[in-house]
Amino acid sequence: MMFPVAGHEDFHPNMGSRKVRAATWNGIFLASTMVGVLALVTLVATLVDNCFGAVILQDAVALTDVSDAGKTLEGLDAPQLRQALQSAADQDLISPGRLAILERDGPLATRTAEDLRFLLIHEVLQPTVERAWGLTDTLFHSDEIARVKQEKFPDAELVFRSWITPDFLGRSQSRDVLLTGIRGAIIGSLIIILLAVCIALPVGVGAAIWLEEYAGNTRLNRFIQTNIYNLAGVPSIIYGMLGLSLFVRGLEGLTSGAWFGIEGVNGRTVFSAGLTLALLILPIIIINTQEALKAIPQSLRWSSYGVGATRWQTIWHHVIPAAGDRILTGTVFGVSRALGETAPLVVVGASAVLTLDPSGLFSKFTTLPMQVYTLSQQPQEEFKHLASAAIIVLMIILLGLNSVAIVLRGRMKKTKEAA
Amino acid sequence: MNWSEQLRRRTRWSEAVVRVLLTACAAASILITLGIILALAGDALRFFTHPDFRWGDFLTGLAWDPGSKKFGILALITGTLMTSFIAMIVAGPVGLAIGVYLAEYASARVSRVLKPVLEILAGIPSIVYGFFAVSFVTPALQSILGNLIQPLNALSAGLVMGVLILPLVASMTEDALSAVPKSLKQAGLAMGSTKLETALQITLPAATSGIMAAFILALSRAIGETMIVALAAGSYPKVSLNPLGSVDTMTGYIVRVSGGDIPQNGIEYMSIFAIGLTLFLITLGLNFISQKIIARFREVYE
Repeated sequence: MMFPVAGHEDFHPNMGSRKVRAATWNGIFLASTMVGVLALVTLVATLVDNCFGAVILQDAVALTDVSDAGKTLEGLDAPQLRQALQSAADQDLISPGRLAILERDGPLATRTAEDLRFLLIHEVLQPTVERAWGLTDTLFHSDEIARVKQEKFPDAELVFRSWITPDFLGRSQSRDVLLTGIRGAIIGSLIIILLAVCIALPVGVGAAIWLEEYAGNTRLNRFIQTNIYNLAGVPSIIYGMLGLSLFVRGLEGLTSGAWFGIEGVNGRTVFSAGLTLALLILPIIIINTQEALKAIPQSLRWSSYGVGATRWQTIWHHVIPAAGDRILTGTVFGVSRALGETAPLVVVGASAVLTLDPSGLFSKFTTLPMQVYTLSQQPQEEFKHLASAAIIVLMIILLGLNSVAIVLRGRMKKTKEAA
Repeated sequence: MNWSEQLRRRTRWSEAVVRVLLTACAAASILITLGIILALAGDALRFFTHPDFRWGDFLTGLAWDPGSKKFGILALITGTLMTSFIAMIVAGPVGLAIGVYLAEYASARVSRVLKPVLEILAGIPSIVYGFFAVSFVTPALQSILGNLIQPLNALSAGLVMGVLILPLVASMTEDALSAVPKSLKQAGLAMGSTKLETALQITLPAATSGIMAAFILALSRAIGETMIVALAAGSYPKVSLNPLGSVDTMTGYIVRVSGGDIPQNGIEYMSIFAIGLTLFLITLGLNFISQKIIARFREVYE
């Protein structure tokens, strides 16, 4: 033994158990951190799993009924496709009225083969999704899937489908699972966020400047500060109810555009949604801006005062530029939060079904998270796949937004250092 | 000296205007709070004075079913508390352990991986967690528990909500532990205690109030959380203590009712404001307690 202390044998015997205890707890700590990592991995895996996979497509009309030129659509050229459409019209598989509408939109004789193929598929053949599987099932239970196809849908087509496609992004909502898209939802989300930021950023930064640079330590100011912290903790659904009561009902004339001569709309508009989200992100922007201003050294302000600048000149020319990168980060944080919010917009009145894109402040709206909510509620399997595709789009937008902020912050820092 | 006196006394209008504008911005935050209270209280009052409303039923009734004019808020509160407590059972211990690990054990390299993971988890919208609950967690639970568990249940919603509030508990715990003065830890180590004994018997007790604040804030977040319960917890209109069955929650009910197009003068429409007011008061109270604890905690060590 290293140290000749009397009675050291008294504590020596418990060293073993103490070491075991330390190792056990170390294991517990590691396992707990793994819970977090595992949750994230499972979540991402679930999304990817649902976004790709095998589907069984059953045509309402077989291709061979309308064309004898070939077995696959890809093998047909434009004249053969035109012939197939004509033959479908002859057999009453497509109504003459519908054909006339298509002809008026663009004469069939001048349409491309690709265009005609699309028409033939969706106007005549009209495939529907009979069954859909996730990626893991598709990879590991392919024989089972093939068996189901053989037994239940012998003349159907088994294809591998990515539920997230350029068409999914670019099309508006439709009842047809294969044709539906989220263009309106993406546009809606972007307009509403833009509106919310345009309102909340100036007010939020203004409030933060007042609290940090002007306000003294009075009772009233402490109350305002506490109040802002409390607002940041108010559940988002409460903001939705404020929006419903104040903007949708109370200021209906303003938010429906009735005061500006727009008629036939109620208050459940883009405008109401933008205002509601502006209130929601205001406390976040205030608190983050305050943190940014606190981080600016007092010496910067003193040197500005020293050369005779007024308070506002100091703030405008020195403090805000110096805090710009942090204010930007805080704003992006608020925007990310607003972009993913669903509950307040359900309450304010986002449309579950909206086939027209929002065209301005006073149109009805839907957003990306709202579409995820609507799709997730449907009992049919294929809507689950659509929901996960919409979620992936939402997450990519969020990720892109945060990356842009990181790049911008880096650039602002560099110019600051150079100056 | 004379000109400098003049300069100082000159009224600078632009400065004054800016000052007024900034004050207005700060005052806006108070207006929002007032707006929330007035908006909720206005329609809640219409609910409380409605002929179909009875206080006895509201406070002690065991069912919330507007169809048969039953408005017992306990049915919704039990649902909310059940999902929130399940969430706390997950996020409490796990978040605490992650916080201790990050503050006391993790090397810089591990932190570099673990912190972004927690940040990403915290940044995922709650609707995505809701989808995760219905499309992965519920089927997984069904494959384990079979018919014992209903397709919409409190357990699945609560578990996923636990993941949602996990980053909050972990990061607030870490902050609280890091705020404990180094001298306390060093004293412990000098007395021959192991790293674990220092962490569990010295640092952790010293940070108790900060950790309590974290738990209370997390509970408040769980109570106000909406989309997970709206998708995964169901809409069972009676008081139920079965975590494997459906429950109805305050937030879930509000979203469900306001998502449909209900008449503005119907009692259902008014009822969501009464629930909203209850929810607002509960979360406000919890946030307030949490802030008070943090403020006192700061004073002790600063």
